[in-house]
Amino acid sequence: MITEGIPRTLTDLLDEFSFLERGERVDYLIEYADQFETVPERIATRPYPEDRRVKRCESQAYVWAENQDDGTLKYWFAVENPQGISAKSFCAILDDTISGAPLEEVQRIPGDVIFDLYGKEISMGKGEGLIGILSSVQAFAREAALQQALPS
Amino acid sequence: MTDIASRGYSNPDVLVSTDWVADNLDTPGIRIVESNEDQLLYPAGHIPGAVQVDWAADLNDQLRRDYLQREGFEALMSRSGIGQDTTVIFYGDRNNWWACYAYWVFQLFGHSNAKVMDGGRQKWEQEGRDLVREVPTYEATNYSAPERNDASVRAFREDVLAHLEAGGQLVDVRSPQEYSGERLHMPDFPNEGALRGGHIPTAKSIPWARAANPDDGTFKTADELKDIYLNEQGLSPDGDTIAYCRIGERSSHTWFVLTHLLGFGNVRNYDGSWTEWGNLVNVPIEK
Repeated sequence: MITEGIPRTLTDLLDEFSFLERGERVDYLIEYADQFETVPERIATRPYPEDRRVKRCESQAYVWAENQDDGTLKYWFAVENPQGISAKSFCAILDDTISGAPLEEVQRIPGDVIFDLYGKEISMGKGEGLIGILSSVQAFAREAALQQALPS
Repeated sequence: MTDIASRGYSNPDVLVSTDWVADNLDTPGIRIVESNEDQLLYPAGHIPGAVQVDWAADLNDQLRRDYLQREGFEALMSRSGIGQDTTVIFYGDRNNWWACYAYWVFQLFGHSNAKVMDGGRQKWEQEGRDLVREVPTYEATNYSAPERNDASVRAFREDVLAHLEAGGQLVDVRSPQEYSGERLHMPDFPNEGALRGGHIPTAKSIPWARAANPDDGTFKTADELKDIYLNEQGLSPDGDTIAYCRIGERSSHTWFVLTHLLGFGNVRNYDGSWTEWGNLVNVPIEK
């Protein structure tokens, strides 16, 4: 697990997960999925635009980012497939742990976190979708960091 | 969707409707088994009384790349409260993809008293039916299984080579991008990777999910399936057929469709699939 330089709240969660049995981990992830909050209407309304849709995610996940006063981003998500429970849990985890985190730390999160959270046995198709969600979030962080680096 | 009985399948008894399952939740001699790709779905809510069979933890050998052996299957049946006479009803996510996979593995041990709930989880949920989180426990059974018999429904690489030589029918059920070799695997998933891209020569490209209605996950009618597999792709129900994908799970769905819904006489699933073929030395590949 590579956790150096990634958001502290995410590292803490990964630490916690490393001590859990599979069943406990599943319960924890379901708790997150239960807390999932769909993007509010002030940010986006259905039908959601295609350019916000996560590629290769079969759960029909969408990602948005909202600028915060401190220069960080708040990430918002929608998961349109009612059976997309892993996607919902992952979005809720990302919102909980990296919304408001420094942009450069968000960009450093390795795809391996998927395995730390969901276990090595996650299927490739599922993993692919979750990594797609992470990549979309990171693309927003990268873009915002670039904008901030431009001379005003 | 029309009644299962009126859809023209060669073996309509292999499917049950969501209505039938709802009416038979407490019927003795029936065990409902959920099998999913997404491992969070069952614990988050399942059909009342259903047990879970997990493809990775329950059906695969934990050391070799193989399925469980007789003892493992007997133990799994016993703890699931399934006897030899129990009718097992499979259902799951993704158009019953993993349900068909579990169904297929059960056939290696001859548990033919098995059916699939048409539409799977998707249809059950869309109809607003009950889902519960309570995991049921059943009295352990004394299940006596035969030794696993791979011969009739499973193909190994030597079988595929011999099949190829004999001009047998091959069905590649992966995505068109995987079939063409444009896409191999994700860098983060080396376990499901292959060194070469493409497909087994002469294989027809028929992505597995074409057999299902995307709106409710039910199987298409026999006429619609014939249009795809017979008329469009030229497969014959009388020819020997081998289906494959990347690790043998998607192709078990196609195996189910060809065997039970279209009445193909001899269909085997090559579970070694592309992760084996695309890594084998000196086997023929087409792009």
